[in-house]
Amino acid sequence: MANWQWFHKWGSPRWFYQFSGRLLPWLAIPALLLLVGGCVWGLAFVPADFKQGNSFRIIYIHVPAAAVAMGGYMLMATAAAVHLIWRMKLAAIVMKSAAPIGAALTFLALLTGAVWGKPTWGTWWVWDARITSVLILFFLYLGLIALHQAFENRDAAARACAVLAIVGAVNIPIIYWSVEWWYSLHQPASIKFVGESTIHPTMLRPLMATLSGMYLFFGWVLLLFVRAEIIEREKNTRWVQALVSDK
Amino acid sequence: MAMHPLRKQRLGIVVFILLASAAAAAFLGYALRENINLFYPPADIVAGKAPVDKKIRAGGMVEEGSVERATDSLKVRFRVTDYSASVAVAYEGILPDLFAEGEGVVVTGRLAEDGVFYADEVLAKHDENYMPPEVSEALEKSAQSRAEEATAGKEYNGS
Repeated sequence: MANWQWFHKWGSPRWFYQFSGRLLPWLAIPALLLLVGGCVWGLAFVPADFKQGNSFRIIYIHVPAAAVAMGGYMLMATAAAVHLIWRMKLAAIVMKSAAPIGAALTFLALLTGAVWGKPTWGTWWVWDARITSVLILFFLYLGLIALHQAFENRDAAARACAVLAIVGAVNIPIIYWSVEWWYSLHQPASIKFVGESTIHPTMLRPLMATLSGMYLFFGWVLLLFVRAEIIEREKNTRWVQALVSDK
Repeated sequence: MAMHPLRKQRLGIVVFILLASAAAAAFLGYALRENINLFYPPADIVAGKAPVDKKIRAGGMVEEGSVERATDSLKVRFRVTDYSASVAVAYEGILPDLFAEGEGVVVTGRLAEDGVFYADEVLAKHDENYMPPEVSEALEKSAQSRAEEATAGKEYNGS
């Protein structure tokens, strides 16, 4: 059973609290530098688009928010599966903490998309496959938060939410490929994993900065939420009381 | 390194939930396959697959040289093409900034018996190409010079 030692260590909230405390500055500082730097770079120094003009610059917030909203959901669903299989408390805490951050990022993606859609398409909103499936993602996040709050018992809440999170995971590939599978108003992805991206390198570089900044930002805020939840749940233990009385 | 049997069973449950929801989504998508599409391509409209006199959307490219604007009103006529068929569109109103010949468009309206699509909304469909104006000019120039070289080459061969 020695091979599973590294894994079971993650089941200790106290160990994770101490470990994550050391991790925080390594996430926070690059996240803020990349997000602020990337936005200033993208908004002030990159040339305007040949068709859209300056309105294309919303990409520097819209794409990172949407990508991390989807990536965050996959992390939440993975934590849900880990919680269901191993009954790991920390996984339940990660799942619960990821939901409000994901909901906020999904809302930001929808909002920036609408603001861009008005000047570009001529409408704030259209019920195409991409936009509708992202709206479903937003409701999944909200549903998860509401479901968690509906239970008195924390373990029952975590188990019910875990099932919902796993069922909802099927929406993520639908969002990603919606623009390929169906005729939609939303354009296909400009950043390609295979082949050449259809966004010019001068415009892509700041986008890569804000995109990686947004992932780090998500990790940072998630750790803050998880740490707060650990303290809340372990408030009666000796190590938390020692932590509080020290300060 | 064997997994605990209870955990193995729970893993099975998780896999089952994933497969069941994926199957449900696939059936839903299959049942709604035509309705999830935002618009009909011109080829389907010309082939008679789109309902007549019902509110629908058509999408494609604005055909080069097809835009006719009225001089005394906001009336405009153009053709939407998918390069295999094209549909005439009539519209009255303000067009979005990105509306242009050779660009993507999605129009909402009714298809008349005579095959003309009477639109009450025109949306510009942006593509996935992002570049600075100088790059697009350079691309056009190089495409032009390549075309000129090609015709020059033909003339040379012909003479």
